[in-house]
Amino acid sequence: MTDLAWIDAALTAARPQALGALLRYFRDLDAAEEAFQEACLRALGNWPRKGPPRDPAAWLILVGRNAAIDQVRHRARQQPLPPDELISDLEDSEAAMAERLDGSHYRDDILRLLFICCHPGLPATQQIALALRIVSGLPVRRIARAFLVGESAMEQRITRAKARIAGADVPFEAPGPVERAERLAAVSAMIYLVFNEGYSAAGETPRRAPLCDEAIRLARLLLRLFPAEPEIMGLTALLLLQHARTPARFDAAGAVVLLEDQDRALWNREMIAEGLALIDKAMRHRRTGPYQVQAAVAALHARASRPEETDWAQIDRLYATLERLQPSPVVTLNRAVAVAKTRGPEVALALIEPLESRLSGYFHFFGVKGALLMQLGRADDARCALDRAIALANTAAEAAHIRQHLDRLVPDTDP
Amino acid sequence: MKGPEMLYAILCYDSEDVVCSWTKEQDDAAMARLGAVQRKLAAEGRLGPVARLLPTTAATTVRKGAEPLVIDGPFAETKEQLLGFYIVECETLDQAIETAGDLARASSSSGAYELRPLAVFRPGDLGA
Repeated sequence: MTDLAWIDAALTAARPQALGALLRYFRDLDAAEEAFQEACLRALGNWPRKGPPRDPAAWLILVGRNAAIDQVRHRARQQPLPPDELISDLEDSEAAMAERLDGSHYRDDILRLLFICCHPGLPATQQIALALRIVSGLPVRRIARAFLVGESAMEQRITRAKARIAGADVPFEAPGPVERAERLAAVSAMIYLVFNEGYSAAGETPRRAPLCDEAIRLARLLLRLFPAEPEIMGLTALLLLQHARTPARFDAAGAVVLLEDQDRALWNREMIAEGLALIDKAMRHRRTGPYQVQAAVAALHARASRPEETDWAQIDRLYATLERLQPSPVVTLNRAVAVAKTRGPEVALALIEPLESRLSGYFHFFGVKGALLMQLGRADDARCALDRAIALANTAAEAAHIRQHLDRLVPDTDP
Repeated sequence: MKGPEMLYAILCYDSEDVVCSWTKEQDDAAMARLGAVQRKLAAEGRLGPVARLLPTTAATTVRKGAEPLVIDGPFAETKEQLLGFYIVECETLDQAIETAGDLARASSSSGAYELRPLAVFRPGDLGA
């Protein structure tokens, strides 16, 4: 690897920590970002000559902070100067800073940064955009491309999000245990949103797939901050196990390939290994949560070398647990797929029929219903359900997939 | 005729924060360069097992005691973690240092290689 590639990776790795600390110092997102940018520029000039610093994050925080202070001095000469010891001896300060950063500051800074991005006052799309911009440091151009909007529209969206946060009462103090747990849940949800944004469009817009990688990076970061939190292990495992299937989810023509038809040799073994290790670890804690249960389902699929070996009875039980933890018609719908395998399509159909009014706008509901009706040989009803599924499809690939099912029905009705 | 066989574990330590931040391209490039060194060692008949470890967040520790204690971790409080290792046959420490130097030049991130002579080695039988 070249120097530059290493520096680039080091800057990316240090970004959440450095930006988080600068935000604690300046209490303003724009100021923190500017200071970080300046520090990165200086790193590019300095590190190739002097070698990498002992602690890149500490170096960036110190240099970013001093650069911002210098700027203030330039703008207003009458401003009182910062204490000399802050800027005079970089080496010693860096060591002292690194010492302090090893502690809880580090964790709180990053958590605060993540939490600010998923501020409850922001709509989900702005949360995602802000997290990708601020925490991940993706250029606005790339975020805009991922969301299929123009660069200036995305710039505006991010600016509005920042303004909203500046106007809101964002706590900058270290959170207490209850608040920390709440923040953790909000941050986990935001990371899952980023992932789903990339996952749902993977076939249609391959450019969004990097969002999945980015979500996994953020989940791993969160797990490093909370290495004994089973739900964070579960979340990371879930993302890894789902993303591992990406190479097999679409055929060469971009059409959806169902889980049971996927070529499992294409699944990413490395991601599966990490996901399985994490979910196994999480389960030992005996503190079940929704991400763990979903990861456990994904793990059962990953462990089956052929679809016939899938432990559907266990998946049925896991979805029953999820229904208890996080009741939702979508969870019941997923459970019905497992029930169809273990107890037949009739039982499964009875399970989902009461959900129709609540899922009347949901593509997958009519897809599952149509498939169950087909298995029961009720071709006309199946056609009706599948037609509705097509009308509700989110992507062309989804619609094309349902059309295939419909095509199989044709000979029954139109000889 | 070869001299007395001496096996070294070449343990790779690096910052997980940095290595986990590599893009796939960066990771592939690093692995390709290390692969070239490995092929040279293999051609000389000196390369034993090679292992890359998952991050420490995937690790579990069993502490020895009357009743073994299972804990998560090791928690990565230190700057550098054990990321993987090679078993390489080296006749002298100098040769081991030279080999680790080849690997170091190929990876050129800021970590370290620790050279530890093996006391016991059972190659095992995991297949290819």
